[in-house]
Amino acid sequence: MADYEIHEHDVLVIGAGGAGLRAAIEASGMGVSVGLVCKSLLGKAHTVMAEGGVAAALANVDPKDGWETHFQDTMKGGKMLNNWRMAQLHAEEAPERVRELERWGAVFDRTKNGKILQRAFGGHTYKRLCHVGDRTGLEMIRTLQDRGVHQGIKVYMECCVSRLLKDGDKIAGAFGYYREDGRFVLFKAKSIVLATGGVGKSFTVTSNSWEYTGDGHALAYDAGADLIDMEFVQFHPTGMVWPPGVRGILVTEGVRGEGGILRNKDGERFMYKYLPESTKDGFAATDEEAKTWVDAALAGTQTEARRPPELSTRDNVARAIYQEVKHGRGSPHGGVYLDISYQDPERVKKKLPSMYHQFKDLADVDITAGPMEVGPTMHYIMGGVRVDAETAATRVPGLFAAGECSGGMHGANRLGGNSLSDLIVFGKRAGAGAADYAKKMEGKPTVHDDSVKAALDEMEAPFSRPNGLNPYDIAKSLNQIMSTHVGIYREEKDLEVGIAKLEELKAQVKEVGIKGKRAFNPGWHLCRDLKNMIISSEAIARSALSRKESRGAHSRLDYEDIDEENWGHVNSAISRDGDRMKLELTPKPEMPDDLKSLFKKKEPVNA
Amino acid sequence: MREALLKVFRGEKDGGEYITYKVPIEEGMVVLDAIHYIQAMYAPDLAVRWNCKAAKCGSCSAEVNGRPSLMCKSRMDKFADGEEITVQPIKSFPHIKDLVSDVSWNYRANEKIPAFTPAEDADWTFYQEDIDRVQEFRKCIECFLCQDVCHVIRDHDRKDFLGPRFMVRSAGLEMHPLDTLDRTKFLKEEGGIGLCNITKCCTEVCPESIHITDNAIIPLKERVVDEFYDPIAKFFKTVFGGKKK
Repeated sequence: MADYEIHEHDVLVIGAGGAGLRAAIEASGMGVSVGLVCKSLLGKAHTVMAEGGVAAALANVDPKDGWETHFQDTMKGGKMLNNWRMAQLHAEEAPERVRELERWGAVFDRTKNGKILQRAFGGHTYKRLCHVGDRTGLEMIRTLQDRGVHQGIKVYMECCVSRLLKDGDKIAGAFGYYREDGRFVLFKAKSIVLATGGVGKSFTVTSNSWEYTGDGHALAYDAGADLIDMEFVQFHPTGMVWPPGVRGILVTEGVRGEGGILRNKDGERFMYKYLPESTKDGFAATDEEAKTWVDAALAGTQTEARRPPELSTRDNVARAIYQEVKHGRGSPHGGVYLDISYQDPERVKKKLPSMYHQFKDLADVDITAGPMEVGPTMHYIMGGVRVDAETAATRVPGLFAAGECSGGMHGANRLGGNSLSDLIVFGKRAGAGAADYAKKMEGKPTVHDDSVKAALDEMEAPFSRPNGLNPYDIAKSLNQIMSTHVGIYREEKDLEVGIAKLEELKAQVKEVGIKGKRAFNPGWHLCRDLKNMIISSEAIARSALSRKESRGAHSRLDYEDIDEENWGHVNSAISRDGDRMKLELTPKPEMPDDLKSLFKKKEPVNA
Repeated sequence: MREALLKVFRGEKDGGEYITYKVPIEEGMVVLDAIHYIQAMYAPDLAVRWNCKAAKCGSCSAEVNGRPSLMCKSRMDKFADGEEITVQPIKSFPHIKDLVSDVSWNYRANEKIPAFTPAEDADWTFYQEDIDRVQEFRKCIECFLCQDVCHVIRDHDRKDFLGPRFMVRSAGLEMHPLDTLDRTKFLKEEGGIGLCNITKCCTEVCPESIHITDNAIIPLKERVVDEFYDPIAKFFKTVFGGKKK
């Protein structure tokens, strides 16, 4: 058996984006030994790409805001399928978590009164997103990173975990390898926090980076946890569509928050006609009203005018763009136009600097002089590991999960800005939960040699097939399957074909091979990533096939309407049954009456 | 279809060679796309770092035709038809494999910088004009291209100089309106700020267009001069006691 090095920690955090860093800081602050493992260099995790802002009801700009309204917006955005308790904790705690970032050195844009400035975003009743231009994620990750390095957290950079190890039913550690030289490593740990992010790399057009291969979803699934709401995959309405090399790169919702207008090729402002009846009252009815709202937002004054229709929720805007393009009203490269060029160029550059440079450098488009071409891009998965709202514990003792790889918080559709706040609220809770669990444990779990050997053999296997299938080809096939059969719009026969193709791919993955050595070998890494990508993709496809209704981000052509009676009270739950994937429908946690009563009042209630 | 010739450095710690690959060019393609094409078609084990492919994470730093650049921002159509494009790893740090260098020194350097230290009674009110400068510094995506091109680090291998990146970070802390710490002694003694002779190469390669030399390093140098080399200021400090500027 090849050599491996051994490290031991009370708590091991896998993933060093916002959730992982916040969890590590919390656990380490509670006095336990913490190891933080990340696939990339520290500070490069996906959080760094978040742009528009972090949602927290600070009420600095709109004094009427409060946690109750944020809670209601989140539940409505999630089409009421969210875990109510997570949504409640999130809305209550986000303001304090944001202020904490500021105390740790984050420098948010300011209001005229010297407070944290907040901007409008889709689905949020009030201006709620604390931001730094359009690079809020960078500010957040750097703040947490700099806080973390002074706290004695041991960071294992460019290190991948391939398996979780258990002692009986309890977590005992994790096995992995360093990308740099391919050496193997065993982490012994009393508890583990998964904070690995999402699954975007299974799709052709995505805003996600190479790291998003569903690692946490698959590790948890293998270890016996269950994955809920996996059918809910968010397509961000505005990704770049041209040139081909940049297709899918995110165009922040902040463009619309700052007053960006969506038009089709005929110049029609089409979002008016796609507003659902149930939310129509909250939006401007005319260009004039929308303009009054934007003018007031830019001036920092209050207005009775309602929000522009572009600030509808992401699921809705993505479907609208898809329909416009499908009906021949798209732009030359298969998108629609997003225009902010009617505003003062200097202001646009100041508030959306990275969008300005992104389009200028990569597409030769000056967004202060003309419109951008945009279209939907796979962006986020609402589904993930089922966790306890208070502690982020999964059903596997010692295993915790936070951030995008966990499920429940966002229900059927996530509101923009709720992801960054999710990371810090539940990152902290997961860190505390894992530290608490480790502290209470008597003795230590045992890592069994045979499980280490099995993990090691699995990693070495692709080298025994130097003439095996090319992992890049398999990844490309997977992208095509998911984009073709499990995209924005779904249909039973399509999903069934997709699942059958995934089954074939599962067999092929066993035949992938790689030449060369273990040292920094991306092809070898991909062999291992494929396993996780396929597990998470199959979970998405099976959950999508099961849910026979359209709700939030899940749109079925054969079941176009929401079906409250049959589907409004259940979550899909995927778990492992031997080598088979099992799907159950489990009852959604029932909201207590005091919270239910919030939804009966016409006007949002404020604290 | 147009084709490009990419000369890519392949090899490990013990040396290597340039291997030339033919890559078809698509509209809007960047060097990183070409590298990915090579990985998928010819060399699955070609080592390269990348994450966002949108110039936001600073992972894909390399030297493209000798110029320290982000591969995700280096457009293929900027090169002349038939021009050979040479891609090599950033040179100022130990080589690991192919296009990947060991940049871990930077993380150790970062840890030395005294942390943000706000006043305990701060009420957290401050204004946009107080932080415009600090926000410029905080745009840094840690691509380490400035560290790569800095001749103190590159030609003289002086790792007792923190380098432009960490001058920028220090400046961001020093100029934060609510920070109370004085890092001038640290910058002089442990940061090696005196070693910088303001050739501005760092500013030239910064993908975020941070005015590293003019806005960060020179003002910090002035603070060090005021603190340690100004006899009049020294006199007043002795008489009235020093405090953070």
